[in-house]
Amino acid sequence: MASLVGYQPEDEASHPPNAYPDYVSTRKRAPVHPPIRIAHTLSEITGPRLVRGASVLESLDLTRGSGGEALGERVIISGRVLDGNGRPIPNILLEIWQANAAGRYAHEEDRHDAPLDPHFSGAGCLLSDAQGRYRFVTIRPGAYPWANHYNAWRPSHIHFSVFGPGFASRLITQMYFPGDPLLALDPIFNSVSAPEARDRLIAAFDVETTIPERALGYRFDIVLRGRNATPMETSR
Amino acid sequence: MKFGPTPWQTVGPFFGPALVAPGLDVLADSHTRGQRIFIEGQVLDGDRSPVPDALIEIWQANAVGCYDHPEDPRQDKALDPAFHGFGRAGTDKSGCFRFATIKPGPVPGVDGGLQAPHINVSLFARGLLRRLTTRIYFPYEELNASDPVLKLLPEPRRASLIVKQVAKGRFRFDILLQGDDETVFLEI
Ligand SMILES: [Fe+2]
Repeated sequence: MASLVGYQPEDEASHPPNAYPDYVSTRKRAPVHPPIRIAHTLSEITGPRLVRGASVLESLDLTRGSGGEALGERVIISGRVLDGNGRPIPNILLEIWQANAAGRYAHEEDRHDAPLDPHFSGAGCLLSDAQGRYRFVTIRPGAYPWANHYNAWRPSHIHFSVFGPGFASRLITQMYFPGDPLLALDPIFNSVSAPEARDRLIAAFDVETTIPERALGYRFDIVLRGRNATPMETSR
Repeated sequence: MKFGPTPWQTVGPFFGPALVAPGLDVLADSHTRGQRIFIEGQVLDGDRSPVPDALIEIWQANAVGCYDHPEDPRQDKALDPAFHGFGRAGTDKSGCFRFATIKPGPVPGVDGGLQAPHINVSLFARGLLRRLTTRIYFPYEELNASDPVLKLLPEPRRASLIVKQVAKGRFRFDILLQGDDETVFLEI
């Protein structure tokens, strides 16, 4: 017999429901049946670690794309990838994407009337280091309008896609900036009902990470789902 | 700040350049062991309109039922160096996706038995604040009758997880996000 360590149930108070009508796109996409809970097996405990072809850097600078410097306010985002007990997780792939300083994505479906920046793709990936740390340099993304409701604007945000150690610990989220007045009006941010959980989506300004004469620094730790304390038995 | 898990947020509509690249929907090459299969399908919303901005990820065992992952205790004997088990595809303008892979072998369950061959599926989209997870099963598998996940599902809904064979080695897996006959999603 080999022992496998399963994952704790998702902490529902920390996550949004899929059915959240204030975010209008959920109305025709959120399932109506509740999901069926299954026991964890090798299928859920194992999982992808890397995406084939992804260049796995431990640092990343999105401001120096295609032969020139991106326009906008340079920022440094750094933090740690932690498990549910606060232990750092090394070698975790983080994929990030964001709008440019004008609030425009380098994506063919983005119709916002704001300029593209030829020196900013807004997409990259990196790995957490042996202490679970990650760090990248980018520009602060602009707010952008969307059609959800009258005068709707997304607060500045950076999208993060994270592979945890297993299929069960996958996470896709968005990082926001402190003090953004649009946060209070944003249904995606506010789909997380608990204020203390929403706070975990907001990076903290960090003078230690800030580089004089160069860029403001922010800290954003990513906490993945916790694992059980005791293994379960399974057959070999 | 109180310590706790980072909340999920939607993948939104603009993930393509960061997450999708040509070839990520092809899991097997000419060296991979096992039966080559194609899995194709369409993602539909509650109005049965195509979902053109969904992201689908699959994770599966190799032909002998072994996962390429350090926590699968059978690494030494069963790993296939030409198969890693992860695929990713964005849906196209008509909500369609397609993977080229191999049929997975049966994987051990928690009770000492075997699970029927299956592929683990994650689905993300604008309008989904969190991931949906489900599984792809195959028709005419003896182990389906005793599979611990299939057994949990009420009979009329079970069929939504079993792909339809459309030709030799070609299977169809449509995903209906919302409605009475929506696809079964699993809480893992
Ligand atoms: Fe966005």
